[in-house]
Amino acid sequence: MDANDPVVKLDHVRKQYGSFVAVHEADFSIGRGEFFAMLGPSGCGKTTTLKMIAGFEQPTDGRVMLEGADVSQVPPHKRNVNTVFQQYALFPHMSVFDNVAFGPRAKKISETETKKRVSEMLDVVRLGEFANRRPAQLSGGQQQRVALARALVNYPSALLLDEPLAALDLKLREAMQIELKRIQREVGITFVFVTHDQGEALTMSDRIAVMSEGRVEQVGAPQDIYMRPQTLFVAGFIGSANLLPGTVASVDGGVVRINLAGGAQVAVSSSQCADSVDVSTGARVTVMVRPEHAILGSNVEGLAVRVTDTVFQGSSMRIVGRLSDNTEVVALAPIDPTHATPQPGQDCTITWQATSPYVLGGWPETAGSTTTNVDSIEAAL
Amino acid sequence: MLVVAAGAVSLGAGWVSGPAAIGVLSLMLVAVLGIVWTAFVGGLETRRALAPYGLLKPGILWLCLFFLAPLWSMLEMSLSAKKSRFDFSPSFSWHWGNYATALTDFGPQFGRSFFYAAAATVLTLLIGYPLAYVIAFRGGKFKSVLLGLVAVPFFTSYLIRTLAWQNLLADEGPIVGLINKLGVEQVFEWLHIMDNGRLMNTPAAVIGGLTYNFLPFMILPIFVSLEKIDARLVDAAMDLYSTATGAFRKVVLPMSLPGVFAGSLLVFIPAAGDFVNAQFLGSPQTTMIGNSIQDQFLRQLNYPVATAMSFVLMSVITVSVLVYAKFMGTEELM
Repeated sequence: MDANDPVVKLDHVRKQYGSFVAVHEADFSIGRGEFFAMLGPSGCGKTTTLKMIAGFEQPTDGRVMLEGADVSQVPPHKRNVNTVFQQYALFPHMSVFDNVAFGPRAKKISETETKKRVSEMLDVVRLGEFANRRPAQLSGGQQQRVALARALVNYPSALLLDEPLAALDLKLREAMQIELKRIQREVGITFVFVTHDQGEALTMSDRIAVMSEGRVEQVGAPQDIYMRPQTLFVAGFIGSANLLPGTVASVDGGVVRINLAGGAQVAVSSSQCADSVDVSTGARVTVMVRPEHAILGSNVEGLAVRVTDTVFQGSSMRIVGRLSDNTEVVALAPIDPTHATPQPGQDCTITWQATSPYVLGGWPETAGSTTTNVDSIEAAL
Repeated sequence: MLVVAAGAVSLGAGWVSGPAAIGVLSLMLVAVLGIVWTAFVGGLETRRALAPYGLLKPGILWLCLFFLAPLWSMLEMSLSAKKSRFDFSPSFSWHWGNYATALTDFGPQFGRSFFYAAAATVLTLLIGYPLAYVIAFRGGKFKSVLLGLVAVPFFTSYLIRTLAWQNLLADEGPIVGLINKLGVEQVFEWLHIMDNGRLMNTPAAVIGGLTYNFLPFMILPIFVSLEKIDARLVDAAMDLYSTATGAFRKVVLPMSLPGVFAGSLLVFIPAAGDFVNAQFLGSPQTTMIGNSIQDQFLRQLNYPVATAMSFVLMSVITVSVLVYAKFMGTEELM
């Protein structure tokens, strides 16, 4: 067993309920000590994948490997992973101490060793003085930490967290994000974290698997996922983006020229293209530009845009405009008192740095800004 | 409130009669009207403060008039002495002899009552717990239908159901017939379920009747406490290295104990005082204390001894319930 071997490995895992495919093909590894997030909208298969790692569900096809051993058919109580459940699932008839001691006692670890471990772990989650309380006497954040301690006290190979922050209010959630990172650094255990909140995933994880409709769309570091999304879903789901559909006009010398749907032509370096994208002449592609990378100007060469709305956001100005073919685009402009803010109705141009755009294969369902789409996704959750 | 309650007890217990009763009644009326008037003229705060008493009034009046007052009369009767066999209005005279009679003459009946009631409680628990468990956790969309089926026997009178058992257990009945056909009489004889080839008029028949009649009272409270248990707690226990059996023992069972406790009381208490099953399914060798009390009251017309027996039954049940509560550690059960 090598220290660099993955702790969890999903080997072409598929899960099917009747004719419904919950997970199409999950195939990725999670390394030792990693903070790994599975991100996606509800129903994307992330919780099912987590349950297969925990042992509550068995894969229809493929293998779940834990520390190099195939555990696909091993029941949960024989797997060295522990779960922090969505609503914590603390035992209401037991004290905090007994809750945390549940795992070690079930493993028949001696009572003295159990006591030592439990009080150690209660100190890690800063609940030392609450050992004799009942879960019902604790706040949501404290219950959450009991759930963490109850799982971590068993020194699992991996800790699985199912939407652990969803039940907390915003302030507490932000505090717990920092607390979770601290605890993870302190104990050095692999965390596998399921969330639908892209902000949570981006700020906390070392790597993210973005899932949609049972498929793993992309696995990568937060910066990778944000800057170099490999699919239109990832580009739209993570942050907001302007998706400009077009067709490849020509490729020469590492520069791809793309005719946008509105008629304009843009040139993008071929290093700014997704890995598997087809950039042969005539191929359908989409140019993604993040709002914060779109530079608004006048009297410079670029995409012609007519400003329709401006929104003051404190640190920046959000400018909404429409291209000549009526596609909505959004730009974030820094607040600069020396420059006049564009007014609705004004004609401007949009440009960007050579490293800003990213080319993806295919065309999006709706062209232009995804901000509204993201808002509707979040509202649906 | 106190005036009203005391008035109700004194009227019901017969402490006052004639003109005094009218006085007590008008005192009660004044007290009630006083409360109503205070609520009427008082502000929102006063009304809110008085509301609980208003809501308690029907219950308290009912209990005072039909429970506390008769209880007092019975206590008085149990310490009264009959001057002769035909004295039907014995007078109060601290006559503790009634209790001595109740305890010495009816020892076997008391013993049988508690043994039968305990056996029925254990049997209803053994039959009812798995049933409640399946309905609560595996019932799915049929949960309410299954629960309804548990309550279906209540649509027929208790007496009729017990009489129906006479037919089932009769010497020519289907069950004895089946046992004979299978040739396993010896097994049943050995288990003391059958006696001389008969199922009727045996202790087993009485215990069986009690078990059948009180089974829903065990199932329903256990179902309620099981249904409240979040299935994810079982997942959590298995995630924390417990087997399915371990998860049941450490999570489901302790969390369902309040239901087991309530169910046991609902079965044991009425079963200990029951006389219907012993009368219809038993024999003179299986009489329970309920039968003896009924006999003393209605046939012998020996009210002092009958009331003394009732009090002994009541206090033994109370003590055993308290011991049981202590043993079960109810304060641990939320």
